[in-house]
Amino acid sequence: MPFFEAFRLAIQTLRAQKLKSGFSLLGVFVGVASLIAAWSIANGVNRYMTEKFAQTLYGVNTFQLRRRPMFTPNVPDSVWRAWARRPRIRFSDAEAISEGLTVPVITAWQSSDQMTVSYGNKEARDIELTAASERYFDIKNLGIALGRPFTGEENRSGAPVAVLGEAVAKRLFADRGPLGKSVRIGGVPYRVIGVVEHQGSILGFPLDRFVVVPALSPAQNLVNPPGILDAFLVKAHSDLEMREAMSQAEGIMRSRRHLRPRQDDNFVLDTSEGVQRFWAGISRILVTVIPGIVVVSLVIGGIVIMNIMLMAVAERTREIGLRKSLGARRRDVLRQFLAESTAIATVGAAFGILAGIGLTIVINKLSPLPASVSPASVVLGVIMGAGVGVVAGVYPASRAARLDPITALRQE
Amino acid sequence: MSTVQLFRTGDTPLPDVIILAHKLTREYDMGSELVRALRGVSVQIQKNEYVAVMGPSGSGKSTLMNLIGCLDTPTSGEYWLNGQKVSDLADDELARIRNKEIGFVFQTFNLLPRADALHNVELPLIYAGLSARNRRERAAHALKRVGLGDRMDHKPNELSGGQRQRVAIARALVNEPSILLADEPTGNLDSTTSSEIMGVFAELHHQGQTVVMVTHEQDIAAHAERVITLRDGIVATDQARAA
Repeated sequence: MPFFEAFRLAIQTLRAQKLKSGFSLLGVFVGVASLIAAWSIANGVNRYMTEKFAQTLYGVNTFQLRRRPMFTPNVPDSVWRAWARRPRIRFSDAEAISEGLTVPVITAWQSSDQMTVSYGNKEARDIELTAASERYFDIKNLGIALGRPFTGEENRSGAPVAVLGEAVAKRLFADRGPLGKSVRIGGVPYRVIGVVEHQGSILGFPLDRFVVVPALSPAQNLVNPPGILDAFLVKAHSDLEMREAMSQAEGIMRSRRHLRPRQDDNFVLDTSEGVQRFWAGISRILVTVIPGIVVVSLVIGGIVIMNIMLMAVAERTREIGLRKSLGARRRDVLRQFLAESTAIATVGAAFGILAGIGLTIVINKLSPLPASVSPASVVLGVIMGAGVGVVAGVYPASRAARLDPITALRQE
Repeated sequence: MSTVQLFRTGDTPLPDVIILAHKLTREYDMGSELVRALRGVSVQIQKNEYVAVMGPSGSGKSTLMNLIGCLDTPTSGEYWLNGQKVSDLADDELARIRNKEIGFVFQTFNLLPRADALHNVELPLIYAGLSARNRRERAAHALKRVGLGDRMDHKPNELSGGQRQRVAIARALVNEPSILLADEPTGNLDSTTSSEIMGVFAELHHQGQTVVMVTHEQDIAAHAERVITLRDGIVATDQARAA
């Protein structure tokens, strides 16, 4: 019997026993659906972390001189205390590095804190107030939607001008134009000169609730003690130049802090690598846990299919005897039942793929993750599904093939 | 019995001898005891004979039937079917012989319940490796031969007992076998339908088909032209009936 005939027969049997077949393909269905969905999610999170998350927080080819890393998951108390004892970053540190670097870079100062911003009787609370120098907008890739950013001159003179995040502008001014209006930050009036483009959100946190003012404007005292910075941002043209600038900056800082060769740095040159390393860790967990779930469902699916097939062999013993008496060889019977179990599993896998794609689309719609179905996962799903069918079918099919036609025919 | 030649081990049967059983024995090891179902049966059946095999239960007629049908192999002795020695063939070769040389008709019809008449008749041709179109043509032809040309798309449960057995006969004939091997073909039928089926057998025999039929009913055996009676695993009587 050719394979085609075996599969035609298998599909006929499946259609004749819809309910039983439906149950038997459930395991493979769940296995393949979770494989596809999990793979898509992992892919999406991966892309999200490496492309959006890391680059929004740090910027491309950018490092930050800080007292401690910005992204600090799972840090023990002792490390925290050590970080808190470190000296803070000073304006003079930033100036020394700016002068000392031989690599072409753009730099910015940055200090931030939560603050309330008001206009008339309207208030926007928990706004991230950032006191920064003028290149901050370039380094963070913050496009200006309305008005302009502040200039170097305004920064140096400490002009009371403010660039608002989109959410702040909406909250305070609704539809009326904010440009030229005066907002109050810590009791000091600031003239609004620009509004930044919509930034969206990251992992559910809105990115538009901020105000940027010149680093030397009066509000600097609200966010940090005099002469102190949260971070000094350095952006190079390429990864290579960034590395070079980092090693130069490290040397400059070590000599300014009088660190001996065996002493560790008491500052960090923070890049998006930290975030990505952290994500790689989570990724590894997903990569080990998800296959576990998939394998467990597929094994259960295989056992279910094997049992269903053993039942089918028992129920159809007479049919097997008849087929043998009509000239079916062992391999014909083997093929027939293998085709049947493979068909069950493949149909289960096909539904699983559809469900997995559906889940991915839902996740894409309902969450910020750019989840997308990977073609490799579909291929793997089909192969694994069919594979489970073959493996689960071998034992029942070989039992069927070995049946003695005389006893099989005599069975009631 | 003048047509039957004496056969010795090592001989080859004459060309028109379809079935040649020579000193066939079949023993079953039932653990504590050895059951000797056949104790040396020698039978020759010519082309276009119509033979009934009779005997009480336990006489070995089912065992002989299984051996003739190539569903089983003898413990000792020789079995030649249509000029080929099949007593020492392996499993898959026996399957091929069953497919090409033997048309089974069972007491319980043994039709696939979910398949229509045409598909049931097609079954042996699937294992013969014929193309789908070729199969359909030949299956339809076989159904017409047994008078069911207008019932091809009926499922077994939409057919009467006699019609079901006709489908089974069509299935047995479809591959043009050397022998039609019927095991109590009327055992599940009433007397009217039985004689109808016997009519089909007679017609097929008339057309040149060799028929071997196992039965325990005298009046069914009466349709055959030769009756072999088994008792205790040996041939008790073997006689041609008056025409």
